[in-house]
Amino acid sequence: MKASHPRRRLLLGLLATPFVLAACKDSTPKQAAFSNLEGVNLSSADFGKDFALTDTEGQRRTLADYRGKVVLIFFGFTQCPDVCPTALTRAVDIKEQLGKDGDKIQVLFISVDPERDSNELLRAYMQAFDPGFVALRPTQEELAKTAQDFKVFYQKVPTGSSYTMDHSALTYVYDTHGKLQIALRHTQTTEEAVADLRQVLALSH
Amino acid sequence: MQRTFISSLIGLALLGAASLAQAQVTVAEPWVRATVAGQQATGAFMALQSTDQAKLVGVRSPLTQQAEIHEMVMDKDVMRMRQVQHIDLPAGKAVELKPGSYHIMLMGLKQQVNAGSNVDLTLLIETAAGQKQEIAVRAPVRALNAKSGQGHHDGHGHKAH
Ligand SMILES: [Cu+2]
Repeated sequence: MKASHPRRRLLLGLLATPFVLAACKDSTPKQAAFSNLEGVNLSSADFGKDFALTDTEGQRRTLADYRGKVVLIFFGFTQCPDVCPTALTRAVDIKEQLGKDGDKIQVLFISVDPERDSNELLRAYMQAFDPGFVALRPTQEELAKTAQDFKVFYQKVPTGSSYTMDHSALTYVYDTHGKLQIALRHTQTTEEAVADLRQVLALSH
Repeated sequence: MQRTFISSLIGLALLGAASLAQAQVTVAEPWVRATVAGQQATGAFMALQSTDQAKLVGVRSPLTQQAEIHEMVMDKDVMRMRQVQHIDLPAGKAVELKPGSYHIMLMGLKQQVNAGSNVDLTLLIETAAGQKQEIAVRAPVRALNAKSGQGHHDGHGHKAH
């Protein structure tokens, strides 16, 4: 059961398109002048503007709740053997390396597997990394909508008697005013991510 | 960084003439990522090296009925994970099971996996001649937030039985 489904290729093509389109848009009031970004410049992107999701404590959350913070949003699931824990561990290291600016970082983890990621599980999972990290647990409908709004790909993949999830592994980064600025690639080192984030932090000065 | 390769060839009971086509497989730095309560899956990682052409064809663990060999690939910033039937172990070449690559996926865990404990794994190896071998590995459990590719030593937590 090796998989190479033509449908996935198509979805992936759709995922890549907005970045190209975004580059030609001129709708930005304040264009950030990033230099030597390792990540993706999304400062003129016309997506990922906001979400409305419930956190593990039952609180309804939107980006406005995190004004004054540089918000990092990662989509993932707790059964993930390496990408998600690696991304979250990098986020812990980023905060540490930023020193006192680390306090201005807010990490949000949006589950793409709410079926298995219960509030209790997500809460414990966040605690294992940083008690300040917040997990959001969408309903399937909210997940579909949020993924569309954020151009995020996720897909259930059967394996044995269970399943795993394919998912986008970008970390979206918002400035302190709640505007999407960049995305960190999964392959970026902590140091490379910190260099990018310093540029986003500098926007709020 | 110095690596300790410990020979862990075992379980040849089923086989006759032990001198022929016996791939010596060594396992280095095995580890399993810890889980939190309620988490049902995790990954096991290690470096494998075989003296002769062989392949890893399966894994068993008392932790679960469902241990699979997976490959993870990044495809245009999308993480894709697939079950593979085997991992080739070319003669004399180290093959790493590590975050971002091959790993052993332990799914449907019967219990929480705590940092500091050990997980027993049995690797099923098939030689080029089609002979089956089993290798017992005791893998130390690292914290959930263990850095990938960290390669630190957790003592000598695995051995042949
Ligand atoms: Cu993941």
